[in-house]
Amino acid sequence: MFEIIKKNINIDFLSRVNLFFIVSGVLCIISLLLIFSKGFNYGIDFAGGTLVQVRFNQPPDLNDIRNDMEKLDMGDVIIQNFGDENGIIIRVERTGTNLQEITDKVQHKLLDTYGHDKIIVERVEQVGPQVGDELKKKAFLALIYALIGILLYITVRFEFVFSVGAVAALFHDVLITLGIFVLLGKEINLPIIAALLTIVGYSLNDTIVVFDRIREKIKSTAGKRTLRETINMSINETLSRTVLTSLTTLMAVLALYIFGGAVINGFAFTLLIGVIIGTYSSIGIAGSLVYFMKTRKIAKT
Amino acid sequence: MNSKFRWGIIIVLIMVSLYYIFPLDKKIKLGLDLQGGMHVILGVQVDAAVDAKLTNTLTQLKKEFNASKIKFTYIKKIGDSKIDIALPEDFIGEARKIIEKNYPYLRETGLDKNNNIMQLMFTQDEIKRTENYAVEQAIQVVRNRIDQFGVSEPLIQKQGETQILIQLPGINDPDRAIDLIGKTAQLRFHIVDENINPRDALDGDLPFDDIILYEQVFDETRTKIIQKIPYVLKSDAVLTGEYLVDAGVRISPQYNEPYVSIRFDSAGAKLFDEITADNVGKRLAIVLDDHVYSAPSIRERISGGEAQITGNFTMEEAKDLAIVLRAGSLPAPVEILENRTVGPSLGLDSINSGVKAAMIGVILVMLFMAIYYRVAGLFSVFALLLNFIFILAAMSLFGATLTLPGIAGLILIIGMSVDANVLIFERIREEIRLGRTPVNAIESGYERAMSTILDANITTLIAAVVLFQFGTGPIKGFAVTLSIGIIASLFTAIFVTRTIFISLYLNKKLERVNI
Repeated sequence: MFEIIKKNINIDFLSRVNLFFIVSGVLCIISLLLIFSKGFNYGIDFAGGTLVQVRFNQPPDLNDIRNDMEKLDMGDVIIQNFGDENGIIIRVERTGTNLQEITDKVQHKLLDTYGHDKIIVERVEQVGPQVGDELKKKAFLALIYALIGILLYITVRFEFVFSVGAVAALFHDVLITLGIFVLLGKEINLPIIAALLTIVGYSLNDTIVVFDRIREKIKSTAGKRTLRETINMSINETLSRTVLTSLTTLMAVLALYIFGGAVINGFAFTLLIGVIIGTYSSIGIAGSLVYFMKTRKIAKT
Repeated sequence: MNSKFRWGIIIVLIMVSLYYIFPLDKKIKLGLDLQGGMHVILGVQVDAAVDAKLTNTLTQLKKEFNASKIKFTYIKKIGDSKIDIALPEDFIGEARKIIEKNYPYLRETGLDKNNNIMQLMFTQDEIKRTENYAVEQAIQVVRNRIDQFGVSEPLIQKQGETQILIQLPGINDPDRAIDLIGKTAQLRFHIVDENINPRDALDGDLPFDDIILYEQVFDETRTKIIQKIPYVLKSDAVLTGEYLVDAGVRISPQYNEPYVSIRFDSAGAKLFDEITADNVGKRLAIVLDDHVYSAPSIRERISGGEAQITGNFTMEEAKDLAIVLRAGSLPAPVEILENRTVGPSLGLDSINSGVKAAMIGVILVMLFMAIYYRVAGLFSVFALLLNFIFILAAMSLFGATLTLPGIAGLILIIGMSVDANVLIFERIREEIRLGRTPVNAIESGYERAMSTILDANITTLIAAVVLFQFGTGPIKGFAVTLSIGIIASLFTAIFVTRTIFISLYLNKKLERVNI
């Protein structure tokens, strides 16, 4: 039998609970500090603005384009390679009253300078400030609704303590993923929110598997083992599955990250870190939190 | 359920699915981000519709007062919602009667007794009604224009209170489409006020019932405005595009240049006849969306109800102008709130790299499963392939759209869908370790993993459904593939693999399971 996790593995996870809490706590605090000090780098979905993706038939000089764009007097313009060296994106931050005018200007300038046969405008995205604010609100609500829905479901299926543990673990995953985004200065746009929600679903999946085992063990061996033993055993017994599923998911996501193309890259990146953090939290955090809360509750009553 | 019956279900499902997915390019609807196309959200400026209605009411009031011989000093708009009427005290009663009878949507908000000024406003209902009507009509007009422009399978619908969502798949010339959709196309005819020199008017010497509008002169490429010629016009339009019944492109024999020929209905033709008769020698400015296109002199009375709009058009511009005039004007200007356009080449690139990533992902996961769980792993690989077929079939059945994030969802499903099998197989291994017989181990492995699988997948489904509710376009596509994928993977991972186990092992005395 081929095994990554040996069958009689018995790690005392709960004895390392302080370590997990410290590591996670520090990561969460750093993430919060980053988010509040540096702030999110919102893409045009949320910040509003214009993005024009252009393909050249040979690598263009970004400085030339930058100079050209500056002449148009459109405020802040960001120009960078996208995908490969023949592709660029031009991002105009300003959202005037007339979005169309901005794209017209950019496109005409490029066509004038390089000619119709040398470039293809592959993508134009424009979001007015009004829509950007609306999307920001909707994205935030979506995350909250998803968390509430999950909280309710787990409370019905398990106990409230479990749902608090699960949702706290999810917050932890989303927060740290966002923290990494801020640290790397990556853009937050709609697909990233979709990826975050997927991470919420995925990480929860992992956590539920552990919880399910705890529940089963509590039922079948009530009174024979301490809660500590039960939780430890459950994490250990499901460890092989947790690691395996993360591996297969990571394989798929890695394929997406490497071969999926530039447009989907940020999305794949989010899934990549999300899956790793989510796996860690369902092993190290979710169960520990349940243990922590349950023992405190027992101590109180 | 015996294994024959189970296989029956699986085979029927596979057949039905194959029927629904082939040929792929016809059965699977691609999103705008994959096939190329335009996604636009227009905001209708409903305030302008109310304002236009107010201006209109003003003109009507003037006409009606004149007809009823009610003398007034002036009738004018105050701000953007009020009308002031200054008139001698003796006429106030009569004016009020007319307003109450013919203008029930006007509310008198005050009377300045010293100066005899009546102040009127639209009722709240009327404002609401005008706004709604403006949006509905704008949708109608946009639809007409797009139909005439010729786009296959356009989607045009109201979004929220004042927004219009437009999706145009596979469009080649997005700029032209935007111009066509966004043009208000309000056509008006104004008499030029020949008594005022435009230069004096610009210096501030503008009579209160006159307006200044400009003619734009473009350079050869028709992208830059090189000159703006001012005109002083009588502010009341003598004729508008409302009376227009047809518009078409003609080529002028003299200059060999395209122009747009328009035709009025009988009422419009009569008006045009009167106007030209009354104003011989004056110039008549043709104004489209507040720009003067031309201002030809009226040499003689023109009957028959036909007119020409000239303006150095290219053939394409003339065609588009004819389209927008035929399709009618927008009741209010629209503004582009959001525009996402993807060219066909990028769409194709995205499909290619998406398919490549999916293939590599599938192969990696399959290899891993086959190595790790050997024969049982192969079962799950088979389940994974079926999963793909079922997901695509379900998408085709529900008419769901495959987007780039949707492809990403499919890839993610590859990784996640083997999860159910991993859960089951790990459980079976555990049961074997506990000393159960192979058949027993398989049975209880499936049974005991079941509640875990359900709980884990339902929670993911919750996230996917929320995503669907909140998302637009491509993101919705992701939520759809994810949801369908979760359900399909539950079926394949639980039902299909179990069927294989049953038919292979159940009735045989099994020494060991290859897992």
